[in-house]
Amino acid sequence: MPLYRDEAVVLRTHKLGEADRIVTMLSRRHGKIRAVAKGVRRTASKFGARLEPFMVADVQLYEGRSLDTVTQAESLASYGAEIATDYAGYTAACAIVETADRLSDADSSVQQYLLLVGALRSLSRHERPPGLILDSYLLRALSIAGWAPSFVDCAVTGAPGPHRAFVVQLGGVVADEVAPPGTPRLDEQTLTLLGALLTGDWVTAEASAEGTRAQAGGVIAAYTQYHLERGLRSLQHVDPAARHDPAQSESGA
Amino acid sequence: MYEGIVQELIDELGRLPGIGPKSAQRIAFHILQTESVDVSRLAELLTQIKERVRFCEICGNVSEEDTCTICRDPRRNAQTICVVEEAKDVVAIERTREFRGLYHVLGGAISPIDGIGPDDLRIKQLLQRLADGTVTEVIIATDPNLEGEATATYLTRMLQQPGLRVTRLASGLPVGGDLEYADEVTLGRAFEGRRVVE
Repeated sequence: MPLYRDEAVVLRTHKLGEADRIVTMLSRRHGKIRAVAKGVRRTASKFGARLEPFMVADVQLYEGRSLDTVTQAESLASYGAEIATDYAGYTAACAIVETADRLSDADSSVQQYLLLVGALRSLSRHERPPGLILDSYLLRALSIAGWAPSFVDCAVTGAPGPHRAFVVQLGGVVADEVAPPGTPRLDEQTLTLLGALLTGDWVTAEASAEGTRAQAGGVIAAYTQYHLERGLRSLQHVDPAARHDPAQSESGA
Repeated sequence: MYEGIVQELIDELGRLPGIGPKSAQRIAFHILQTESVDVSRLAELLTQIKERVRFCEICGNVSEEDTCTICRDPRRNAQTICVVEEAKDVVAIERTREFRGLYHVLGGAISPIDGIGPDDLRIKQLLQRLADGTVTEVIIATDPNLEGEATATYLTRMLQQPGLRVTRLASGLPVGGDLEYADEVTLGRAFEGRRVVE
C-alpha cells in the first residue's frame, strides 16, 4: 500500500530543511500519521494553508520507511483561521491537539478523531467558553482511551455515591473508607460540573460559576497529566479568559 | 565512521539546522580540500560572530553595536513600528524598499504546544516603546500561519490604546501563482482584502 488516502486533522507541524514541514495528523482510519509536506513553507506552495494546524483535510500520502510524504491535500474544514481570532480559544485548541497527539498512535480509534473534530468545530464557532470545551474534551478523550473517571460512585469499590474525596491516582471520587488520609474533598457544584462535562450536559456546564470552572479545570488538568505520565506544555499557557463567560459577567455587573 | 577529528567535525556540522549526516560529510571533505587561508577565514568568522554580534537594545534586531543601524538612522519614520517574528523578517521587508519606519523583533511567535507563551517574547519591550506616545501606527507583520495569526490577535488585544492605529499586513494570492491551486483560506482572504481598481 505505497499510496493511500484518508481524512485527517492536522495536530502540529515542525519545520524541516529549507522549505518543508513534518506534519503530524490524526486520521479517521490510519490513526496518527507523521508525514513530510515538501515545499509547504513557500508562498506559492500547492498546499497553501491546507496543512496548517486545526485544518481537516482529505490527504493522499505516499508510504515511506519512517515518514510518509503528502502528495495531495484538499480542505474539508478549516477551523484554524476562526480559532486564531480568539486568543483564549487558540490556547485551548493547542492544549486539545497536544492531548490528541499524546493519546493517539497508529491504531487510534475513529472516536478519538470524531471527538477532536467536534471540539475544534465548536471552538471555531465560538459556541461555548473555550475552557469548558477543553475540559470536556480532556475528560472524554481520556474516557475513550480507557481512563474514564468516576464522579459519582466510588472508583475503587463501586459503592454508590455521592462521594466527595477525589484521588487522581485511584480514578476519581472514592468512598471515605478507602480515601487516603488528607485527600481533598470537592464541593457539590464542582462534582456536578465535572459530571456534566464528561457527559456533554452543556446546559448544566454553562450555568456553572467561574470559580467552580476554575476548580474543575484544575482537577481535570491533574487527572489528565497523571494519566499521560508527562505534563502538557500547552495547559500552562491556556488563557485565563478561556473559562470566562461574558454573559455571566454582564449579568453580575 | 571516520577517525578522530574528521568524525568530530562531521558530528558538529550535523548538529546545524538542515544539515543531515551526508551533507555534514560533504562539507567536512570540502573543508579538507579547500585552501587553508579560506578555512582560517571561516574559522575566524565563526569565532567572532558570537563575540561581536548582539541584539539591538531597542528593537531586538541583530547588530554589532548596542543599537542597530535602522534604530540609529534619523531618516527613519519613528511614528511607525513594524512588528516581526525574527530578524530574518526585517531583511525580507527591507528588500521591498516600501517601508521607512522602525522595527520590533518579537523573537518568535506564541506557540503553547512548544511551550512558548507571551512572556517568552519581547512584547513587554514593545509596550514600553509605545508608552511615550510617539508611535502612531503599529504594523503587525507576523507570519501568515496559525501561530503568527494568534500572536497578531494577542498583540491587537494588548495594543488597544487611544491614538494608536494597529494594522496587519494584507494576505492573499501570491504573485506568480495559479488561482486554481489557491486553498480556500488564502482565496477567502484575497476576497476579503480586495480593492477598487483605479
